[in-house]
Amino acid sequence: MASTLLPFILLLPFVGFLLNGLLGKKIGSEKAIGTIGTAVVALPFVFAVVLFFEMLGAPPEGRTMHVTLLSWIAAGDFSVDFAYQLDQLSMIFLLIVTGVGSLIHLYSIGYMHGDRGFFRFFSYLNLFIFMMLNLVLADNFLVTFLGWEGVGLCSFLLIGFWYDREFEGTAIKWTGDAAKKAFVMNRIGDLGMLIGMFILFSQFGTLKYAEIASGLPGSMSAEMMTIATLCLFLGACGKSAQIPLSVWLPDAMAGPTPVSALIHAATMVTAGIFLVARNAALFSMSHTTMAIVAGVAVTTALIAATVGLVQNDIKKVLAYSTVSQLGFMFVALGVGAWTAAVFHVMTHAFFKALLFLGSGSVIHGMHEEQDMQKMGGLKKYMPQTYKTYVIGSLAIAGVIPFSGFFSKDEILASAFANGNAILWGVGALAAFCTAFYIFRSVFLAFHGEERFDHTHVHPHESPATMTIPLWILAVLATVGGFLGLPIVLGEHVHVLHNWLEPVFAQASANMHGHHLSHTLEWILMGVSLSIAILGIFLAYRMYVKRPELSDRFAGSFKGLYKLLWNKWYVDEVYEEAVVKPVWKASKSVLLKGVDKGIIDGTLHGLAKLTGEASNLFRKIQTGIAQQYVLVFMIGILVVIGWLVFGGG
Amino acid sequence: MILLATLFIPLLVAGIMILIPGAQGKTHRTLAAVGTAAAFLVSLVLWFQYDSTNAAFQFVIDYPWITSLDVGFRFGLDGMSLLLVLLTTFMMTIAVLSSWESVRDREKQYYIWMLILEFGMLGVFMALDTFLFYIFWELVLIPMYFLIGVWGGRDRIYASMKFFIYTMGGSLLMLVAIIWLGAYAEGSGGFTTDLQKLMSIAPNTALDAQKWLFLAFALSFCIKVPVFPLHTWLPDAHTQAPTAGSVILAGVMLKMGTYGLIRFNLQLFPQSSLHFADFISVLAVIGIIYGALLAMVQTDVKRLVAYSSVAHLGFVTLGIFSMTTEGVQGAVIQMVNHGLSTGMLFLLVGYIYDRRHTRQMSDFGGLARSMPVYATFFAIAVFASVGLPGLNGFVGEYLTLIGAFTSQHLSTTWFAILGATGVIFAAVYLLILFQRMFFGPITHPENEKGKIKDLSRLETGILVPIVIFIVWIGIHPNTFLHVSEASSRAVVGVVEELSGSTDYTAEVQERKSGQAIADEGSENRAVPTSGPMPEETEGESAPGAQVLAPPPVVQPEGGQ
Repeated sequence: MASTLLPFILLLPFVGFLLNGLLGKKIGSEKAIGTIGTAVVALPFVFAVVLFFEMLGAPPEGRTMHVTLLSWIAAGDFSVDFAYQLDQLSMIFLLIVTGVGSLIHLYSIGYMHGDRGFFRFFSYLNLFIFMMLNLVLADNFLVTFLGWEGVGLCSFLLIGFWYDREFEGTAIKWTGDAAKKAFVMNRIGDLGMLIGMFILFSQFGTLKYAEIASGLPGSMSAEMMTIATLCLFLGACGKSAQIPLSVWLPDAMAGPTPVSALIHAATMVTAGIFLVARNAALFSMSHTTMAIVAGVAVTTALIAATVGLVQNDIKKVLAYSTVSQLGFMFVALGVGAWTAAVFHVMTHAFFKALLFLGSGSVIHGMHEEQDMQKMGGLKKYMPQTYKTYVIGSLAIAGVIPFSGFFSKDEILASAFANGNAILWGVGALAAFCTAFYIFRSVFLAFHGEERFDHTHVHPHESPATMTIPLWILAVLATVGGFLGLPIVLGEHVHVLHNWLEPVFAQASANMHGHHLSHTLEWILMGVSLSIAILGIFLAYRMYVKRPELSDRFAGSFKGLYKLLWNKWYVDEVYEEAVVKPVWKASKSVLLKGVDKGIIDGTLHGLAKLTGEASNLFRKIQTGIAQQYVLVFMIGILVVIGWLVFGGG
Repeated sequence: MILLATLFIPLLVAGIMILIPGAQGKTHRTLAAVGTAAAFLVSLVLWFQYDSTNAAFQFVIDYPWITSLDVGFRFGLDGMSLLLVLLTTFMMTIAVLSSWESVRDREKQYYIWMLILEFGMLGVFMALDTFLFYIFWELVLIPMYFLIGVWGGRDRIYASMKFFIYTMGGSLLMLVAIIWLGAYAEGSGGFTTDLQKLMSIAPNTALDAQKWLFLAFALSFCIKVPVFPLHTWLPDAHTQAPTAGSVILAGVMLKMGTYGLIRFNLQLFPQSSLHFADFISVLAVIGIIYGALLAMVQTDVKRLVAYSSVAHLGFVTLGIFSMTTEGVQGAVIQMVNHGLSTGMLFLLVGYIYDRRHTRQMSDFGGLARSMPVYATFFAIAVFASVGLPGLNGFVGEYLTLIGAFTSQHLSTTWFAILGATGVIFAAVYLLILFQRMFFGPITHPENEKGKIKDLSRLETGILVPIVIFIVWIGIHPNTFLHVSEASSRAVVGVVEELSGSTDYTAEVQERKSGQAIADEGSENRAVPTSGPMPEETEGESAPGAQVLAPPPVVQPEGGQ
C-alpha cells in the first residue's frame, strides 16, 4: 500500500506545478486553476491519512516504509538514490504539510482573486509542496537537500511574486531585494549543510540517515562530531531563521500573505527543526553542539520577541513571532526534548498559519493596509476573522486549554529539567513578550477607535473560501494540544510522545534525561500560565484602557525603544561590516587592482616591451646596403681576430 | 569510420560552401545547419556504439603520416572525450541555429569559420597523437580569431589579439614539451607522438624533468580553461565575440583546457600531478572565489557571465586535481553542465542584445512583465548555474567538492570547504543579475510590454533542447556519468597505484608537516631537465616506480 501511495503523494503536487505552470495561461479560469492547485495537495493529504491509519495498525517497530523511485547520482564510491522513507516523524510532517497546505491553497483562491499572476502563484505553491515533501520524506541527506534548496527557490519566487512592488527594509527597496536576501542568507546556511554532508560521507561512506545513525559513532572523534553537527546546525539556522541568519525572515513578508502563512510560518521554516530531529541520534553525541543549539535558540527566542513588541506592521509582528517560536523549538532540541520540539512544530503550524491567514483577511478587507496604526475597531466589521484571530492569539500566548499552552509548557519544563534555570528564565521572559505583543496586535487591530480613513477604506469580511480555512485552523489550534497532555496527568496521555518514541529511542538513550517532581511540574505550569495572562493583561491596559501609556513608555525608554524598533541593528551591522566591504574590495581591489592593474598591467607591459625591443632591432634594418656591408666586414674581422688571438 | 564521419562532416560542408557564391546567404545558413545537425546525429551513433564497461580507447584509427617521426593520424575516444564530442556537436548545432537571424553580414565566411571551428574542436577531443592534437589545438584559434575580429563588438580587434596571443604564448611551450617527449621515447623504441604509447612511457620520466613537462602542458591548458591568474583574456573575448562565438567559447572551447589537464597532465605525468595537486588546487579555489566576486561587481551582463565561467571552471579544475573518481567524474559532468547552462546564458544575453543593442543591466528591469517566456528560460539557466539540486549544475559541483573533500592526494580539506563558499557567491551574483533584469518596475520605455518582443518560436525551439538536458542531467545524471565512469576510474587508478608507493606517502607526509616542497632529494640525482632521459630508465617495468624521487629523509615524529 505504502509503496503505491507514497509516489502519488510525492508526485501529485509536481503534476499540479507542471499543469498550472505550463498550461495555466491557456486554462485561464481561476476556478479551474485553483481547483487543480488545491486538489493536488488535498489528495495527497487524504492518502497520507490512509497511510497514517495503516501505520497505526502496524507494530511500533514495523512502521517505517521505504520506497526508491530512481537512482540519482553515482560516481566512484558515491551513490545516492531518490529514496524515501515514511516513519513516525516524517508522517507528522507529511500530515502538517499536506493538511495545512491544502487549507492555505483553498484560502489562496479567494485571496489571490483577480491577480494577474494567479496561475503562476498556484504553480509555485504546488512546486513548494513537492519540494517540502522531498525534504521531509527523504531517506538520505541529499534528497533532503534537494527539497531544502527547492523550497528555497519557491520561497525566492514567492517573496518576489509581486516583483514590481516596493518593500521597505534595511538596504531593501523592492520585493526582489527581499527575495534575494532570503535566498542568499539561506545559502550561507547551506554551506554548513554541504560541509556537514561531506564530513559524514567521508566518515560513513553513505548519506542515508538510517545507516549513519546505526554506524554511530564510527571512527569519529568527539571534536569531529561537534564540527559536523554544528555545520548541520548552521544549515538549520539558515532555513529556520535563527541568529545569526535570522534577518531574512521578517523581510520575507514581502510575499503574499498565504505564502507567509504556508512557507514562512507553518512549514518551510520548520525544516531546520526537522533536520535536527531527523539526526537526533547524531546531535545527541555532542553535548557541546547541544548546548550551543540551546543557547542560540533561547537568545533568538528572546531577541525576536522583543522586536515583536514594537512593530506596527501586523505581518512583521507575526514574522518576529515566528522567529521567536522557532527559537522555542530549537531550545527543545537543544535540551533533548525531541518530542516537545515536534509537538511545538505542529501546534505552531496550526496557530501561526491561523494568525497569518487572519492577518491576510484583515489586509484583504482593509485594501492592502498592513499598518496597525491605521486600523482599530475592526471586530465589528470582520467578526469571523476577529474570533479566529483571538483563538490563535490565545494559543500562541499559551493560555490553557489552547494548543500552544501544552507545547510551550513542555519545552519550558524540559529546559528547566535538562538545561538550567537561566535557560528556563530567558524562555519564560520570551513567553511573556509573546503574550504581550500578540495581544497588542489584537487590540490595535480589532479594538479601540477606528483610525482608518473612512472615505477610502471600507473594511469587510472575507469570502467563505477564506473564512472556512480560518475556522478549521481555529479548531485545530484549540484542540491540537490534547495530543500532548502533560505526563503528570498519567503515563500514557502524551499520545505524540508514545508515537515518536521509536524514532528518538537511540538519541534519548544518549541524553541523561532528568525528570521533574510532579509538584515542581505543576508549579512551572502555573508560572507559564500566569506569565501568559500577565502579558495579555498588560497589553490590555496599555492599548485598550489607557492608549496614551504606550507612547509614554516609548518616550521614557527612548534608547531601548529605538534599539528594538531598529531590530537591534543587526541588518545595519551586516550591511556595514560584510556587504559593503566585500563589495568595495571586489570592485576596487580585485577588479581594478588585480585584474586590470597587476595581471593586465603585466601583460600590457610585456607587450610593450616586446614592441620596443622590436623597434630597437628594427633600427638595425635600415635597408642601406653600405651599413650592412660595414657590419658584415666588422663581423669578419672579429671572427678572424678571435681565430688568430683567442682561439686554441 | 563513424568517428571519421563525425570529424569530417563539418570540414566537408565547409568545402562545399567555399564553392558557392557568397551572395546566397540562405544557402549557406541552411548548409551550415544541415552540416552541424548531421555531425550531431552521426555522433549519436558513437554514443550508442560505445561500450562503457571498457576503459580503453574505442573507435581507434591509426594511419601513418610522418613515418620517420612516428607521427600518425591517430584518433579514438574514451568515455570522457565521447561526452565532450557530443557536447561539441550539440552546441555547434545550437550555435549555428542561433545565428540564423542575428548574423546577416558575410554569412559565407561566417559559417565556414564556424564549421572549421567545429572540425578543430572535434579533432582536439579525438586525437590520440600529441602532434596531431597540437595541430588541432592551434587550428581552433584561427576561426575563433576571425569570428571575434570580424563579427565582434566595438573593441573586437583588441579582444581577438589578446585572445590569440595569450593562447598562442601558452601553446608554444606545449609544442616544446611534445617534441621533448617524442625524443624521450627514443629510449623505449624510437621517437613517437603516439599518445597511447606515451601514456606508458611518459610516467617513467624522472620527476625533475617531468615537472617541467607537466608545467609546459599545464600552462597551455590553464590559459585555455582559464585558471586564475591567466583568465583576463576571457572577459574581453566574450564581451566582444558574437553570440554564437561566446556560446562556443564558453560551451566547448574552455573544456579543451580541462580535457587537456586530464588527458595529458594526469595521464602522462601522474607523479607530477600529485606533486602539483595542491598548487593547482589553490589556483582553482582562488578562481572560484575571485571569479565570483568579480562577477558580482560587473555591470555588463556578458562580462558577468564571463567571470562566472572562471568560477565554474574552478570547480572542474579542483575536481580533476582531487584525483578521485568522484572528483574526476564530477569534473567531466561539470564540463558538460557548464557548456549547457553558460552556453544558454550567452544565448539569452544574445537574444536581448539583438532587441535592445545593450548589455548593461541598468538598461533593463521589470522584464518579467514584458517578456515572461524569456524570463522563465533565463530563470532556468540562472538556477542551473547557481547549482540548484534537480538541475545539472549541482551534480558537477557536488561531486567535484566531495572528491576534493575526500581526496587523499590533496593535503587539506580546506580546498573543498573554501570551494564550497562558491555556492554562496554564485547565488549572490546570479540573483543580482536576475533581479536587476527581471524584477522591479520597468524603467525604460523600450522595455514596455508590446514594445519589446518576447521570444520567437525559433528562439524558444533552440532553448528547449538545452533545457531538456539541463533537467535530465539534474535528475538522472547517471545516464552520462555511467559513460565516463570506467575511463575516470582508469585515470584515477594510475594515480592511486603511484600514491600507494612508499615514496609518495613520504612526500605527502613531508608536505603535510609543512616542510619544504621536497625535491632536494631528487636534485641529487642530477637528472638532466632537457634532452632524452638517461639509459637507466630503460627496460624497467613498474611504471613510475623506479624514477620516483627518493624519499626525502622521513621524519616520523615531524610528520604527525
